[in-house]
Amino acid sequence: MKTKLSAKEIKKAFLATVPVMTGYLVLGIGFGIILNTKGYGVLWALAMSVFIYAGSMQFVAIDLLTGGASLIAVALTTLMVNARHLFYGISMIDKYRGAGAKKPYMIYTLTDETYSLVCNDSATRAVSDKHSYYFLVSLFDHIYWVTGSVLGSLLGSIIPFNTEGIDFALTALFITVFVEQWLDNKNHSPALIGVGASVLCLLIIGRENFLIPAMIIITVLLIVIKKKEVSTNA
Amino acid sequence: MPDLRYSAIMVAVIALVTIALRFAPFLIFGGKKETPEIITYLGKVLPYAIMGMLVVFCLKGVTPLKFPYGLPELIASAVVVGLHVWKRNTLLSIIGGTACYMVLIQLVF
Repeated sequence: MKTKLSAKEIKKAFLATVPVMTGYLVLGIGFGIILNTKGYGVLWALAMSVFIYAGSMQFVAIDLLTGGASLIAVALTTLMVNARHLFYGISMIDKYRGAGAKKPYMIYTLTDETYSLVCNDSATRAVSDKHSYYFLVSLFDHIYWVTGSVLGSLLGSIIPFNTEGIDFALTALFITVFVEQWLDNKNHSPALIGVGASVLCLLIIGRENFLIPAMIIITVLLIVIKKKEVSTNA
Repeated sequence: MPDLRYSAIMVAVIALVTIALRFAPFLIFGGKKETPEIITYLGKVLPYAIMGMLVVFCLKGVTPLKFPYGLPELIASAVVVGLHVWKRNTLLSIIGGTACYMVLIQLVF
């Protein structure tokens, strides 16, 4: 797997992932600790973080494992919790096109946070080999998550300082990318639709199940405004 | 002690469903054929909308009607936005906002 990235660009990829590192280490440690208390040791933390690699789903998985759910229930729950990944993939089809041998891994590791980094165009505009950059970002993030889970499983709750609130790093990451995209783009309708539809669904449906309805409404509205733009331009 | 064999199958099911969801769009639309125009369009505009959705998703636990009325999140988010509009340095915005949030919930609220 060749990369045409300069040392400077590799450093750029690493620096882009630092916020995710903070969040993933903390959340991963939390996951490892909880999993361990349920009787699943470090190998389980390692295997789940390598092979599932989906933060919120892994926390749900702990409940499923300990609750003795049926395999059908497990599959359906995963489908519901992770359905949003369908929408991430749609945004990356063209960007990941032609990535060759790196592509399957990049798709496999496309989490919410990695998605937010690889779709941040203003950060990647000057990068010479975008596919290598996306690949490195994906790899770094995966390593942080796995490392965090293993550490949590091994060290348990021996954390030297009060980390309460450090998971805000992930919220801050999403806000930063949102602001960056806002400043970078004149057309704010998609961003406003995203926030508006999500808030609406959150208020009506509640915090447990609002994501998928929100995504469907977002997709429909985006298609509607496209139709409108086409008809006004014609 | 949990039933390890059953647990292992469960983990495999979760992993496989997750992988299937991640690969599906690429398998359906990512072939040699031209991507349908509507998918290309959605690919361009979805990131803007979804990033807004993820922000809402992260803040979904906020309770505006109960103490602390979402103030720590509101203030820290404003710090992130302010820092970012001012310096446009992602790392600085995130570290500044997170530090602010930690101070607020550990020491103030």
